[in-house]
Amino acid sequence: MSSTKYILGVFDDPDELMHGIDKLQKNSVPIYDVYTPMPIHGIDAKLGIKDSRLGYAAFMFGCVGGSLIFGLVYYFLVHDWPMDIGGKNYFAIPDFIPVTFEWTVLFASYGMAFTFFFSTHLFPGRAPRVMDLRATNDKFVIAIDAKGNIPHEDITNILKEAGASEVKHNDRKYVSYE
Amino acid sequence: MNTHNSLDGQFEFTGKVKTYSLAAIAVGVLVILIGFFTGQGERTFANLLLMSYYFACVCTAGVFFCALQYVAQAGWSASLLRIPQAFAKVLPIAAVILIVIVFAGLHFTHHTEIEGKHVVAPYLYKIWALDGVTTKGNANYDAILAGKSGYLNLGFFLGRMVLFLGAYSIFGRLLVKYSETEDELGGLFYYKKSFTISAAFLVVFGFTQPLFAFDTIMSLEAHFFSTMFGWYNFAAMWVSTLAIITLTAIWLRTKGYMEWITQDHLHNLGQLIFGFSIFWTYVWFAQFLLIYYANIPEETVYFFRRWEPEFKPWFWLNIVINFLAPLLIIMARDSKRKTNVLATTCVILIFGHWLDYYIMIMPGTVGAEGRRFDYIEIGVFLGFAGLFTFLMLTALSKFKSLVPKKHPFLQESLHHHI
Repeated sequence: MSSTKYILGVFDDPDELMHGIDKLQKNSVPIYDVYTPMPIHGIDAKLGIKDSRLGYAAFMFGCVGGSLIFGLVYYFLVHDWPMDIGGKNYFAIPDFIPVTFEWTVLFASYGMAFTFFFSTHLFPGRAPRVMDLRATNDKFVIAIDAKGNIPHEDITNILKEAGASEVKHNDRKYVSYE
Repeated sequence: MNTHNSLDGQFEFTGKVKTYSLAAIAVGVLVILIGFFTGQGERTFANLLLMSYYFACVCTAGVFFCALQYVAQAGWSASLLRIPQAFAKVLPIAAVILIVIVFAGLHFTHHTEIEGKHVVAPYLYKIWALDGVTTKGNANYDAILAGKSGYLNLGFFLGRMVLFLGAYSIFGRLLVKYSETEDELGGLFYYKKSFTISAAFLVVFGFTQPLFAFDTIMSLEAHFFSTMFGWYNFAAMWVSTLAIITLTAIWLRTKGYMEWITQDHLHNLGQLIFGFSIFWTYVWFAQFLLIYYANIPEETVYFFRRWEPEFKPWFWLNIVINFLAPLLIIMARDSKRKTNVLATTCVILIFGHWLDYYIMIMPGTVGAEGRRFDYIEIGVFLGFAGLFTFLMLTALSKFKSLVPKKHPFLQESLHHHI
């Protein structure tokens, strides 16, 4: 029993990476994840990654922000301290719309950013979890969980055949830990 | 029906749509005649102005669509560029119809009442085009309108309209011609030329379109002025045109043409429709909020008229169908990718922006007492819808191929995927 935890296929070229994914899938090797320095078109469909639900999060954050500020302004300007502005009603809805709009946008955008940070474990001051640092620079990396039954040499061969410039057998999942 | 995916395929304009569109034109002509002969001249003219303005705006925005794609160097739209090009080809006819209607509306007069005074006024633009409005001492003299007469006088007014529509038509014609020549000769020469002419068009259009809207629609209530009005009209024409382009693409696909238009192209169009519906609301509300907040009588009169019981429900319905409907129906990605949902939204928006123009035009022409919604409104709408369908599809069938074959971004568009 080897101590290898993850097998990394490092590619120089995104087309070869896609080819490598095809080959692994044809041989029923489950892929843990793929790391690339830039977005690659169609890779999420190929890996069977579910559509992001970030849009729903944004919608909910927007609803929260909009109703929160509308309620606050209502409390300030109608209930707590009614002010006569230009002879309008205290509850002058059109005046409330711009700030409601702004808070909807503000909450939706900040909410999306923090949701993204949360789901990707990115926080200021926290060391990022990276399996191969070069995947943030110029290499395209396929990660395979080594716990499977398939002999590790077979996986190595498949990756090499597909054009991997390097295959690494890592004992640790991440090169950096917090 | 041919269903081969050849880029050489030509659109054949036959069958039911041709019959129906011709029938709709006949209905329109009949209703207009009935309107005039039953003494409802002013309302008929108001409806004619509404629909001919809508018609001209859609064709102009077709040119705008083409120009925008060239200037943005957009690749995704290259394969559906023939549809807005067909709109651009119809623009000269739409322009002539609008000018004829405006001219006739200014020329023919009838007995009516303006603010309780009995006058003989032209059918359209009765407030500023009335005889004696600018002559001191005349019973009709109006100091405000006399002050505006340097800009708002018959000669300059008609001259501007001819100039603007003529310029848009020429730009549209050139863009179509370059695209057709590009198909014959290939190369980048005509693409670059289209880029230049598109940039020039966008500058001309950006500065003149608000004036065009001020003239044609806002001057119906000549005492009122709003600088937002031009952009508000632009948003309306742009959303309605995007809806018509999308609907045409969907329809052509069901007839076996343009199979290269995928859900991804429709998704993009849906995004544009969604985004610009929000933009329309933004501009609409910006205009409303400023007028509401400042509360100056000469500005609030615009919304005061639309707040009368005859218009109030329509006023609210306008917001519901042009803002809430696209917001709720096509916000989600999946609903933009469902052809039926998208097509339904397009139909809603086409009627929605008819209502939008209706709210803009009717209070300044027939007023609250004369407001109706009956066979004249429906008939004139049908007539112009039929005319547009007939002319646009005829123009589309004249293209040698339904795709600009030598467009440099064509492959990108054919393989468009999002």
